[in-house]
Amino acid sequence: MRLLDGSATVASPMNDTNPDSARPRTTVDKIWDEHLVAPGTDGAPDVLAVDLHLVHEVTSPQAFDGLRARGLKVRNPGQTLATVDHSIPTTDRSLPIADEIAATQVSRLEQNCREFGIPLHGIGSPHQGIVHVIGPELGVTQPGMTIVCGDSHTATHGAFGALAFGIGTTEVEHVLATQTLLQRRPKTFEVRVDGQLHPGVTAKDIILSLLSRIGVGGGTGHVFEYGGTAIRALGMEGRMTICNMSIEGGARAGLIAPDETTFGYVQGRPHAPTDADWDAAVDRWRNLTSDDGAEHDRSISFDAGELTPMVTYGTNPGMGFPITDRIPDPDALTDATQRDSLRAALAYMALNPGEQLLGRPIDVVFIGSCTNSRISDLREAARMLRGRHVADGVRVMVVPGSTEVKRQAEEEGLASVFRDAGAEWRESGCSMCIAMNGDQLSPGQYAVSTSNRNFEGRQGKGGRTFLASPLTAVASAVSGRLSDPRALL
Amino acid sequence: MSRAPFSSVTSAVVSFARNDIDTDQIIPARFLKTVNREGLGDQLFFDWRYLPDGSPNPEFVLNRPEMAGRRILVAGDNFGCGSSREHAPWALTAWGIRAVISSSFADIFTSNALKNALIPVAVPPEQLARIGSILEAEPEAELTVDLEATELHLPDGSAIPFKVDPFARRMILDGTDEMGHLLAHEPQLKTYEASHPPRISTRA
Repeated sequence: MRLLDGSATVASPMNDTNPDSARPRTTVDKIWDEHLVAPGTDGAPDVLAVDLHLVHEVTSPQAFDGLRARGLKVRNPGQTLATVDHSIPTTDRSLPIADEIAATQVSRLEQNCREFGIPLHGIGSPHQGIVHVIGPELGVTQPGMTIVCGDSHTATHGAFGALAFGIGTTEVEHVLATQTLLQRRPKTFEVRVDGQLHPGVTAKDIILSLLSRIGVGGGTGHVFEYGGTAIRALGMEGRMTICNMSIEGGARAGLIAPDETTFGYVQGRPHAPTDADWDAAVDRWRNLTSDDGAEHDRSISFDAGELTPMVTYGTNPGMGFPITDRIPDPDALTDATQRDSLRAALAYMALNPGEQLLGRPIDVVFIGSCTNSRISDLREAARMLRGRHVADGVRVMVVPGSTEVKRQAEEEGLASVFRDAGAEWRESGCSMCIAMNGDQLSPGQYAVSTSNRNFEGRQGKGGRTFLASPLTAVASAVSGRLSDPRALL
Repeated sequence: MSRAPFSSVTSAVVSFARNDIDTDQIIPARFLKTVNREGLGDQLFFDWRYLPDGSPNPEFVLNRPEMAGRRILVAGDNFGCGSSREHAPWALTAWGIRAVISSSFADIFTSNALKNALIPVAVPPEQLARIGSILEAEPEAELTVDLEATELHLPDGSAIPFKVDPFARRMILDGTDEMGHLLAHEPQLKTYEASHPPRISTRA
């Protein structure tokens, strides 16, 4: 029922308010219609154009090999952008990469980018960084675009009102070769958050609360469209935190229709349109808001004013609760598989039903990742940390999301706040969010992490992760125990 | 590129009743530094499969000798959530798994699996529970995943229909992949590109 007929959609420009159709459209519909190269026929999916393809070292080498095997070129290198983030060290970058396998992967990306003419922000580039941090920073992430990357956190770019989603390596090869993908139109899931956040409660707490309500599979088959006064009140970086974790609710993408906040963030960035092009772009972007009466397949709403700082207790991002709550009891669950799954999670975390997490000793604090490593995250963290010190025996790693964020944080004096407080100030990359580069927990350690996944072993084999906001991370770093940041405001 | 056509598989099953098995469990991230797609079978479920000293974990299902050669995995709800790594289906198929039965699958995993002729078989929760009871009573029972008929056949002779993307199904039955289909859209793509100049240039 969502498939419009091809003739009406192929040529419709984005600023077409769709006068020929009575059906009000969602933001997803508008972006989809604009990017439809060919509607699917005879059971095939639609062919969808991709505006921006982001590439990194981990999920691309096999795709480039595939191109070579087929004798294909990269169709639009100028709509492709590569960087290194997952497997690179966050220590001294003037040294060669000690891990030979990682070094091979990085040099393979460099070779591939050279061979196929793809711009690369590699080690040493002032624009190197986590792929989902540098896209927005450089202004290549813009409203209304389709953006893909072989990385599930591509959903981050949805904060700009772009349709952005993660793809596998076979699809990376498809996009490299054709600048298109075979896709079926997703369903939409409206997430409405009204009201006003209390001090000490952040965008991270909004998304962790959503995930605790719908579970890690709750958004499967859907794209989240976030709205409501609490979402509108957020800056772009808070919006990115929320869209970033859409995938943790099972939604491949999540987006927020663009507004003045969005335009203000994009304007003046290196790849943003200028002059008359800028005005034309903003005119187009203003039409991306879902039409009045547009229907969503599902919806949920809650009040930001009822939220408190959130933390996860289990082994997936949906296993979260307000920081003052107690660990749930598996025996209270009636479904056997659910019960066994919660039991296994608590056994891995070495936590007991009825226990409170607040006050629990921790070993490591990680502030970083594509969820919470941007300048505003670091500003908030530094504001709380200033004049305080990390507790004895706690390791605190602060990993800026990009080389540019690092530079800016050093210029603003944030880096010295972290260093003076006893935290490690490192080079940019994914680091301990995915623990591929040697930044990792030891077995049995507990970490408060501003990242996005608390899966078993995600931050190092045997490591145990409590996901939380940067403020909760700082409050915990200072006390050495899982702590409520509201006490330090 | 072509690969062997696939239409059905009959096998005893590896049964692992956990919900929300994420791709970090299917293959931990530290094995993603490879630049190849082959040879990942040894890393499948690595951190569940091996103890800290590197010896096989006797508690983990995959380490039971009778599991060798089984082609079908039965798991709890929401299989394959998390990371988009295609290494997950590469590791599963390298070990020998050709179909996974669950009550639901994560979207990116579904897409990646189908591109590697690994069949995600989603059945209603009550049917998954029924399959669980059958396997509990008879762990050696063989199931058949019939992609041609899009039916799962149980040992009692009953069949459960399942849904699979019709296009992906055709590709797998024919033993081909999607690149040819995409490349065949060159005329439409040229027309599209003529009226939609690139919105950005990633060049400096």
